[in-house]
Amino acid sequence: MTPHSLPDHPHPARRRWMAVLARADAAAIETRLQACRDLPPYIRLRGPESGLVMVRGRAGGAGGPFNLGEMTVTRCTVRTDQGLVGHAYVPGRDARQAELAAMVDALMQDPARADTLEAAVIAPLEAAQQARQATRTAKAAATKVQFFAMQTMRT
Amino acid sequence: MAYVAVKGGERAIDNAHTWLAEERRGDPAVPELTLAQIEQQLGRAVDRAMGEGSLYDRELAALAVKQAQGDLIEAAFLLRAYRTTLPRFAHSSPVDTAAMTIERRISAVFKDLPGGQLLGPTYDYTHRLLDFALADPAQPVATAQAAATPEAMPRVADILRHEGLMEADGSPDGEPGDLTREPLAFPAGRDIRLQALARGDEGFLLGLGYSTQRGYGGSHPFAGEIRMGSVAVEIEPAELGFAIDIGDLVLTECQMVNQFKGTKTVPPQFTRGYGLVFGFSERKALAMALVDRAMRAEELGEDVTAPAQDIEFVLYHSDNIEATGFVEHLKLPHYVDFQSELQNVRRMQAEAARLRETAEAAE
Repeated sequence: MTPHSLPDHPHPARRRWMAVLARADAAAIETRLQACRDLPPYIRLRGPESGLVMVRGRAGGAGGPFNLGEMTVTRCTVRTDQGLVGHAYVPGRDARQAELAAMVDALMQDPARADTLEAAVIAPLEAAQQARQATRTAKAAATKVQFFAMQTMRT
Repeated sequence: MAYVAVKGGERAIDNAHTWLAEERRGDPAVPELTLAQIEQQLGRAVDRAMGEGSLYDRELAALAVKQAQGDLIEAAFLLRAYRTTLPRFAHSSPVDTAAMTIERRISAVFKDLPGGQLLGPTYDYTHRLLDFALADPAQPVATAQAAATPEAMPRVADILRHEGLMEADGSPDGEPGDLTREPLAFPAGRDIRLQALARGDEGFLLGLGYSTQRGYGGSHPFAGEIRMGSVAVEIEPAELGFAIDIGDLVLTECQMVNQFKGTKTVPPQFTRGYGLVFGFSERKALAMALVDRAMRAEELGEDVTAPAQDIEFVLYHSDNIEATGFVEHLKLPHYVDFQSELQNVRRMQAEAARLRETAEAAE
């Protein structure tokens, strides 16, 4: 699940920060944004609005696709006063998260702001997500078993 | 005869629903449940409501469970109804369960498999003794942690396939049918069958899966692999023109391995049934995989003799929202229908009495 960049993706950096924002709740994004001054005004072009994504799986894991079931998703598109357009699709129904994610997506495309936002928002959110995941992975690792079949025990 | 609508009784209905709300709340001296409590502490109920409601949203599912007083079929029904109010933005790329961040992964066929076996937060090997300590609030003991080895966890099916002992997955192409858009029709392809099973009733599928083990269409199954964890969901919005990762879902996957005698053109090898379910829903994933394999009988040239192998029977009865709608509508007033039945039975009785009298008179 790690929000990784695919080698052949056309916009790996943007894909990464959008994945981080999709996994961060509104309060966490808002807290991180407090460190950034002079956030420019923006207008909402679309949304935030909630809807559905039909999640697909594959028969047998790698065979033909099938529709597994839907998930709720909220999306938002904003434009900053500089004309940068930001998009967000986040899981669930939190309009605030979608709007903040769209705004950060727009600002991350501004070379004059990207480094500051990366340091203040994206990197710490990503680190927190990775730490949370690492804890779960470590708990799972502690439940790793070695089953001994009778044959093995005799030798 | 179709159901005939009735009028009247509005005040009684309103009063009944007001009382229901009061009963749902229970004794006001007892603190009210929050959605977060349900989501966190009744996670398996939330998973089941999401799976059978066919809508992944933990908070909404918690609300549905609360509103339905823990009646999970009612909760799934509420989620199915809610989803009709939302627009469909996109469909995802098929999730890659091979890349799952694994929290549980076991195999009943190989004890030493690459990546190892992780029990995860399981009820397996518990003694099923009531834990009275849970009756009082307490902090659980801190969970042990261990260094995770960054080892790949290939699917067990892929390991067998390398030896040529496992059937290949079918073609990865094609546009799947969608039961939320088109009504069920036959013949139903595996895409439709898997969608129906994924949202099907756990109890119904459990019973059918069990029936295959007891000889009704048996195919000698082994749990090749069960894995549970989170997978990333990807969509490709038109306005962006590239794939984005929109977050994680917890899924449970089951690969059931079955023997296959082979045919003139296909060598003897293993075949598989497949289960994939929202949330941590292992029993459902196992049952789904058993029934998926059973429904492949005709495709694999096996005799279709048992209920679990009968695709129409399974798919027409696996959906608990449809089933509950039709079964529970029997509770609603059927006065007009029953009046005609009454007339019928009275007429037949009169006819039978008349025939008896004629016969007696003839003697």
